[in-house]
Amino acid sequence: MSNRIDVKKTYKLFINGAFPRTESGRTYEIKNAKGIFIANPCLASRKDLKDAVVAARAAQHGWNKATGYNKGQILYRIAEMLEGRRAQFVDEIMSVTGATKAKAEKEVTDSVDRLVWYAGWSDKISSLSGALNPVAGPYYNFTIPESMGVIAAIAPETPSLLGLIDAIAPIIVGGNTVVVLASTKAPLSAMSFAEVIATSDVPAGVINILTGKKDEIAPWMASHMDIDGLDISGLSPKAHGEIKSAGAENLKRIFSFKSADPGRILAYQENKTVWHPIGL
Amino acid sequence: MSFYGLVDGSDASLKKYLGNLSGVDQVGADARAAMLATRSIKTTSKRWAIDTAISMVDLTTLEGADTPGKVQALCTKAVRPDPTDSTVPSVGAVCVYNDMVGIARTHLDSIGGQHVGVAAVSTAFPSGRASMPVKIQDTQDAIDAGASEIDMVIDRGAFLSGRYIEVFNEIVAIREICGTKAHLKVIFETGELVTYDNVRKASFLAMAAGADFIKTSTGKVAPAATAPVVLVMLEAVRDFYSMTKVRIGVKPAGGIRNTKDAIKQLVLVNETAGPEWLTPSLFRIGASALLNDLLMQRMKMDDGYYASPQYVTID
Repeated sequence: MSNRIDVKKTYKLFINGAFPRTESGRTYEIKNAKGIFIANPCLASRKDLKDAVVAARAAQHGWNKATGYNKGQILYRIAEMLEGRRAQFVDEIMSVTGATKAKAEKEVTDSVDRLVWYAGWSDKISSLSGALNPVAGPYYNFTIPESMGVIAAIAPETPSLLGLIDAIAPIIVGGNTVVVLASTKAPLSAMSFAEVIATSDVPAGVINILTGKKDEIAPWMASHMDIDGLDISGLSPKAHGEIKSAGAENLKRIFSFKSADPGRILAYQENKTVWHPIGL
Repeated sequence: MSFYGLVDGSDASLKKYLGNLSGVDQVGADARAAMLATRSIKTTSKRWAIDTAISMVDLTTLEGADTPGKVQALCTKAVRPDPTDSTVPSVGAVCVYNDMVGIARTHLDSIGGQHVGVAAVSTAFPSGRASMPVKIQDTQDAIDAGASEIDMVIDRGAFLSGRYIEVFNEIVAIREICGTKAHLKVIFETGELVTYDNVRKASFLAMAAGADFIKTSTGKVAPAATAPVVLVMLEAVRDFYSMTKVRIGVKPAGGIRNTKDAIKQLVLVNETAGPEWLTPSLFRIGASALLNDLLMQRMKMDDGYYASPQYVTID
């Protein structure tokens, strides 16, 4: 028998670059595949969502102004930090989901690679999706994609880490800030990922992570007037109709995706068209 | 002047009066303020608190970059904070620099805002570093331009050096100019007064000298209106009332940015000075960003979903 007391991690939320507990004071239990207790993550409330949106809104202007090159560097930095802590993520995925070591390692490797892949898009997406439009006059007419603002996302239950990265990365690559609700059953890797973000030069408020129940938080995300778009990939298709009609009230752009795709970046971009005289 | 019979205007009597004040238990004040901040105000009480807080706001713009247009926009917002909802009350007053008083008064009158006061910051705000004739002229100008409230700063240098009579005489002089035309608010800049004992001392000094309101801060120095400082000032007006049967108002200013902060202030008022103080004539909140948050919280309570800053005006 060990005479040392376990030092257990307190899993908190990630809002505005800090790790607050939920204002509601609530937690819930998560257990592994064999039913053994693992941790008490925070059960976030709608007020935590509200606070996270305020932080995301405040951070959006500055993040949007960062050059594509700089955004790419920061995403790549997240990948570097994640790579350096892969053992911890492998352990967490195995303990919660009961996955084999090989499977957990593959998920972490895919997550790092996925971040690098999205980092690469940061300074290319506007050239690839923008256009020089033919117009009947002596003008250049450009269309360029611009960020939409604050986007909320609901990450899928599984894979808990890769799914979270697929929710966050395409949104922030395009200059948006994000409030994401992590996997309910497997939130540990999400909160450890927040520690990675906190050490990766990501400005405070650009990425905010909540843990809790989808059916509690999703309707508030849909109705919130200061959230411009919503990714409901992690929501069961049965719930899509209700969320979409709630979001229609405030003209929120709501999408769900099945895979990694540059379309995920473009979904949260708005096109701006600029007219410029050609001259002589 | 009688100074409520508390002092006779001499240095000796003022020193005696201030020397007899009890000290402030700093740890106790901090703990009491922290405890009151945990009160949870919900549903109909919250709705009442939001409307009450709106009516108590001194909507403020004190920037070097202020323009007549900005002041006029602020006045329009003061009269009708939410243009889409006529049930939102007007704020207590607008608070501007001296040279903007006339513009604010004229504009308020022209849009049906006769009930909204104009407060002018005065006596070489925010530092208070000017000669007495300049301070007097500053105040006279503001009153001539139509200010109904004068927010004067005290000379903190003199106060901290123990030259209380200088501070006292300044307040008395400005009080005389205000006469019956303007309410006098005395700003302590509590962030520079160092101790709660000094805050209590300054409160009693200003009240005896004829202040209608005592105000925490200019908004230019941090920390500003912290909860314990407001608590100490509310205890001072409560004790002063028990001595003189005169109710003096309190105005926290600076650092109160959201609805939660504002409601905490109202709880402090209710639990310390008493519900009689929960009126714009005895409690004001000096703020600029606060009003938008109050409006957004009000929208949330009416609509059932969170509001966006894009639906309230910037200034």
